[in-house]
Amino acid sequence: MRLKTQKPRLAVWKFASCDGCQLSILDCEDELLELAGVVEIANFLEASSAVSPGPYDLSLVEGSITTPHDAKRIQAVRRNSKFLVTLGACATSGGIQALRNFADVGEFARVVYAHPEYIHALTRSSPISEHVRVDFELRGCPVSKAQLLEVVSAYLNGRKPNIPGHSVCLECKARGTPCVMVAGGIPCLGPVTQAGCGAICPAYQRGCYACFGPQESPNPPSLSRWWTRLGVDEAAQQRAFRSFNAGAESFSKEAARHGQ
Amino acid sequence: MGNKTIRVRNLSRVEGEGALYVRVRGGRLEEVELNIFEPPRFFEAFLRGRSFAEVPDLTARICGICPVAYQMSSCQALEAALGLEVVGPLRELRRLLYCGEWIESHALHIYFLHAPDFLGYPDAVRLAQDQPELVRQALRLKKTGNQLMTLLGGREIHPVNVKVGGFYRVPRKAELLAMRERLEQAREIAYQTVRFTGQLDFPDFEPDYTFVSLRQEGEYPILQGRVVSSRGLDIAVPEFERHFHEEHVAHSNALHCTLEGQPYLVGPLARYSLNSQRLPASVQAAAREAGLKPVCRNPFQSIVVRAVETLYACEEALRIIGEYEEPDAPSLKAEPKAGVGWGASEAPRGILYHRYRVDEQGLVREAQIVPPTSQNQKMIEADLRRMVAANLELPEPELTLRCEQTIRNYDPCISCATHFLRLEIEHV
Repeated sequence: MRLKTQKPRLAVWKFASCDGCQLSILDCEDELLELAGVVEIANFLEASSAVSPGPYDLSLVEGSITTPHDAKRIQAVRRNSKFLVTLGACATSGGIQALRNFADVGEFARVVYAHPEYIHALTRSSPISEHVRVDFELRGCPVSKAQLLEVVSAYLNGRKPNIPGHSVCLECKARGTPCVMVAGGIPCLGPVTQAGCGAICPAYQRGCYACFGPQESPNPPSLSRWWTRLGVDEAAQQRAFRSFNAGAESFSKEAARHGQ
Repeated sequence: MGNKTIRVRNLSRVEGEGALYVRVRGGRLEEVELNIFEPPRFFEAFLRGRSFAEVPDLTARICGICPVAYQMSSCQALEAALGLEVVGPLRELRRLLYCGEWIESHALHIYFLHAPDFLGYPDAVRLAQDQPELVRQALRLKKTGNQLMTLLGGREIHPVNVKVGGFYRVPRKAELLAMRERLEQAREIAYQTVRFTGQLDFPDFEPDYTFVSLRQEGEYPILQGRVVSSRGLDIAVPEFERHFHEEHVAHSNALHCTLEGQPYLVGPLARYSLNSQRLPASVQAAAREAGLKPVCRNPFQSIVVRAVETLYACEEALRIIGEYEEPDAPSLKAEPKAGVGWGASEAPRGILYHRYRVDEQGLVREAQIVPPTSQNQKMIEADLRRMVAANLELPEPELTLRCEQTIRNYDPCISCATHFLRLEIEHV
């Protein structure tokens, strides 16, 4: 028998994804037991076989919608959730699997499966916000643990999450990393990408590859001119905008500009 | 046995989601199907046309739990296609990064996904209410694996520092030495984990498995090796597709893989049974103390084997850190070149095989990926058939739990293999 508790009820849901964002919850090794003390983990299939029905105070949703079944399932999740927060690039922009949106899914299925007729997939991979109202979208592929804890604590305390929308460039400055593009000639997507990861890639001597998606006021055409001067060809520029956040509007527009 | 229906709609504590269907008619087992409904994400299709240099970042996204495995198999296959071989300190650093993933992934499975079954808890959080120190130690162990991945990879999930030819940046010796004390503590926790798991109760269940793993002279297999089986197979990785075949069945979005038409087992049990003598003496001794023989055929004991491999990964990480000498360059220069390359490494769940064909511009023309869970899927079904057939008299809740545990023994990564694991046992 489950005792009725007054603790807020947390649920974690998975759609098409790699499991990495929900794993980020279990990767909060220093905070996990404390978190479990202040919320009731009412539905988290990856971590627990104890599942209790809604309604839930906060639902964290990982993954994108890619099947007719999942398009129905997300409606039920929304109906049962007071707040719904999407976790990561798949749930927020459709993820890497949204590359199908620019291709022929039937042909994709024939490449991977001998019997494509067994496969039930939608022609597009779409973000959760295309299907239901979303209270907050947390970026990243994967999400940052610190930002994840901030969002959960904000919703549990009835306040707005403090998640900045500025670019990765500010994180490089804060970290003291010399600009890899200006000083090193390395193509970097940092200027158009939202902060949150801590500017890891430039600290490891490589350009940012935009796993947090577009920042609040990106200017991709301006960045593309830089990339052209660095010798990056059109096809490679298109591919750079077609990755984990290919479905995000400013990125898909920029990719289209770089043509075939 | 009367007519009855058992349904467990959500199989929990596995990575990803799927369904199991079991039909019993007149007291006889008729049908077992492990259904994987994880929505297809079509990696092998969209990899075509991408530059070889983008592949390790892309394939990492197949699995958030074992991204390093995907990066390593990809890199090795592409390096083979480009005529490169990563050796020396760069190879050692790859092995060290992989040790981090083994520690993190195994600690997660042992304590969070598997142990609750043996101890009668729904999850590790509720286990922590009664045994807080056990779970805290588990978290410390897991955290050390993640710290190792963060140091070498930039972050624990989807590391950013891996590239074809090596790394973007290599650590200074002092950065690695700073991990030594934490790894020594992790090694002690791993040793305690071997002792703890060895004392759990295991059902008598020892199928005559065909084990398949990599094998490499002089070391326990992680990064590379020949593909060997317990029935005499011994081939180089490029011959993989001549012996192993993927088939597509109606009830699953994961392809089933067979060896010469027969099911086989990959993962910790297979790796250990084919390579236990390649473990350091101290790790072999810990395994013996925990009641393991050099060959282990009981899949429920895979929890002990994972603990032994975790101990080994700590030991190996300490060795690499101690012997590390900073390389001259963080990577070999990788230039585009037309070719085909094969790569396989030991993901925490077993062999992960990749093949790529690239063109003269370095763009991928064809990609083939065989993840461990699709290789094990037929064997999981075979285990379930044996388990249900031998235990038809068990009360329904116990039989259902036993079935779920039989699946969790494999640490199936359904995100890799392809999501909604629903367990249905139907007595007609």
